[in-house]
Amino acid sequence: MNQRAKMKNILYILSLLVCTIGYAQDPNALLKKIDQNMYTKTKVSTTKMIVYGKRKTKEIVSKGYTRGTKDSFSEYLSPAREKGTKMLKLDDKLWIYSPSSDRTIQISGHMLRQSVNGSDMSYEDMMQEKKLVDMYTPKITGQEEMNGEQCYILELNAKTENVTYQKIKMWVDINHTVPMRQDLFAKSGQLLKTINMSDIRKVGDRYYPFKMNYKDVLKDGKGTDFVVLEMENNVEIPDHIFNKSNLKK
Amino acid sequence: MIQDLLLNFKLAYKNIISAGLRTWLTITTLAFAFLLILFFNSLYTGWEYQGVKDQIDWEFADGQIIYKEFDKNDPFTIESGHHQMIKNENIAPVLIRQGNLYPQGRMLPIAIKGIPANQSIVKLPTHLFHESKEEFPVIIGEAMATNNHLKKGDKILLRWKDKNGTFDAKQITIVGIFHTNVPTIDMGQIWMDIDLLWKMTGLEKEASYHIVKGNYNHELKSQWRFESQQDLLKDFISMVEMKKGSSAFLYIILMFIALIAIFDSQVFSVFKRQKEIGTYIALGFTKKRVTLLLTIEGAMYAILATIIGSLISIPLISWLGVEGVTLSSKEQSQQMGITIGEKLYPMLTSKLLFSSIFWIILLSTIVSYLPVRKIAKMNTVDALKGKK
Repeated sequence: MNQRAKMKNILYILSLLVCTIGYAQDPNALLKKIDQNMYTKTKVSTTKMIVYGKRKTKEIVSKGYTRGTKDSFSEYLSPAREKGTKMLKLDDKLWIYSPSSDRTIQISGHMLRQSVNGSDMSYEDMMQEKKLVDMYTPKITGQEEMNGEQCYILELNAKTENVTYQKIKMWVDINHTVPMRQDLFAKSGQLLKTINMSDIRKVGDRYYPFKMNYKDVLKDGKGTDFVVLEMENNVEIPDHIFNKSNLKK
Repeated sequence: MIQDLLLNFKLAYKNIISAGLRTWLTITTLAFAFLLILFFNSLYTGWEYQGVKDQIDWEFADGQIIYKEFDKNDPFTIESGHHQMIKNENIAPVLIRQGNLYPQGRMLPIAIKGIPANQSIVKLPTHLFHESKEEFPVIIGEAMATNNHLKKGDKILLRWKDKNGTFDAKQITIVGIFHTNVPTIDMGQIWMDIDLLWKMTGLEKEASYHIVKGNYNHELKSQWRFESQQDLLKDFISMVEMKKGSSAFLYIILMFIALIAIFDSQVFSVFKRQKEIGTYIALGFTKKRVTLLLTIEGAMYAILATIIGSLISIPLISWLGVEGVTLSSKEQSQQMGITIGEKLYPMLTSKLLFSSIFWIILLSTIVSYLPVRKIAKMNTVDALKGKK
């Protein structure tokens, strides 16, 4: 065996070793880390939602306050037509205040399936309220580069029947433990939505994707982008923010 | 007495005919108003008849047993508005769920309705579910197909949520497109075998409501309420009545013009025909009889107008009743959920014809009598001299 062949063998064994170490990573611990990065005790952020329509693109800037996984409040800052629209989610209830009609309506039933401002995201998607580790059993199935980062491929299968998506395929950035892409599947195995993440940044001691693209794969179009403009984690948010009376203020 | 009355009629007829153009103009206006009254009312009667028949055939049958927490006018109640079905061979359970269709890359929120494939209570061609070899056969209405560019044989992805709120999606196949005038079973919905919908959603033996055939005399559990055919048709009938009322302004204006013309003729008669009135009295007519004569003259306009109007309207409306009247706003009305056909077939009933004749003659007689009351106060000699 010549020198070159020996080197090849060593490299092969080394790469196998790296993979084995990678696969030895506890998928549950990985999921917990993802939850730690994605969910904080409180979060205050300014985001821009870019909705790509057939003829024109709409941009909505909003400021959002999140407390845990159950409560959130957001207010649209622009465009002028949408300015002042507020959304409050408390547990499994969602209200929207529209300044033009000066009315607050509760979104429930079939309205939850409607898209938010013509985007690829439904109100229902905003109602996701449990941490991934509580809902899914993870399994690492491989490694792959996704959106410019080396990732673990994670297959998540729902632990219980009352989960919106029974199966999720997730690409998790090995270095920052942040999802780079999620494929959301129906019970039948049909792919329904994809979420692509990029622009990972450090906020405090956590990593968070500052750009996300939501795409309903059953619909035509480029999907909807979410761009985080500013973000603060674990800041004090007064209780009155998450109060229904705050909608009409 | 009868001879006097007949003489009055003869005289009245001669008098108004001798007035020439003035008479014919009054009669024409009155006949036109009569024609419009008959036409519009028979159109609405035809619509009501057709709409009631269609809704019974396609949707309501002999009544419905509805789950108490389900309100067909409130989409918020669909999610939880279902309960274990009632087992009876004369009723067909219907389960409603919500979902999204994705035809040609578009998202279409729809209602998924499940009904037994072997039902024959309503006209929906549910037998197609069994005849088809497709895994997920569905039928849709023509309006739903036209509005969304769907056709028989199309395979479209349907997304729905099961009883646990989990998304599921499958490709459905349109195995039939039915033609109905009832938009509430057509627009924004698909129909499939209830057994399949139960399997898809896990809501085994659940129903939102039941369609009843014949009389349902069994006692109902507190979760269900029975709505009779009449209860279910109440909204439609009151809407037709409201439409009837709102279109009445047109012929009320025409009637008003015609009655003013009669009133004007009568006022003219009292002042311009004083010598004639005086002569009648000199010949032995009582003032009452002269008043009666002139009132009959006024009523005669209405009698002639209804005869001429009937001669035109009866064959015309009967012909339209066969050929139908095409409506330009049909699609718009269906979008609003109103049961309406492509064509409306006017229906002239004897009740409508005779009641219209009665009211026109009565109103004309009253209007004719009002100005000629003055004759009773007239001085005979002055009248003979033609003095005012």
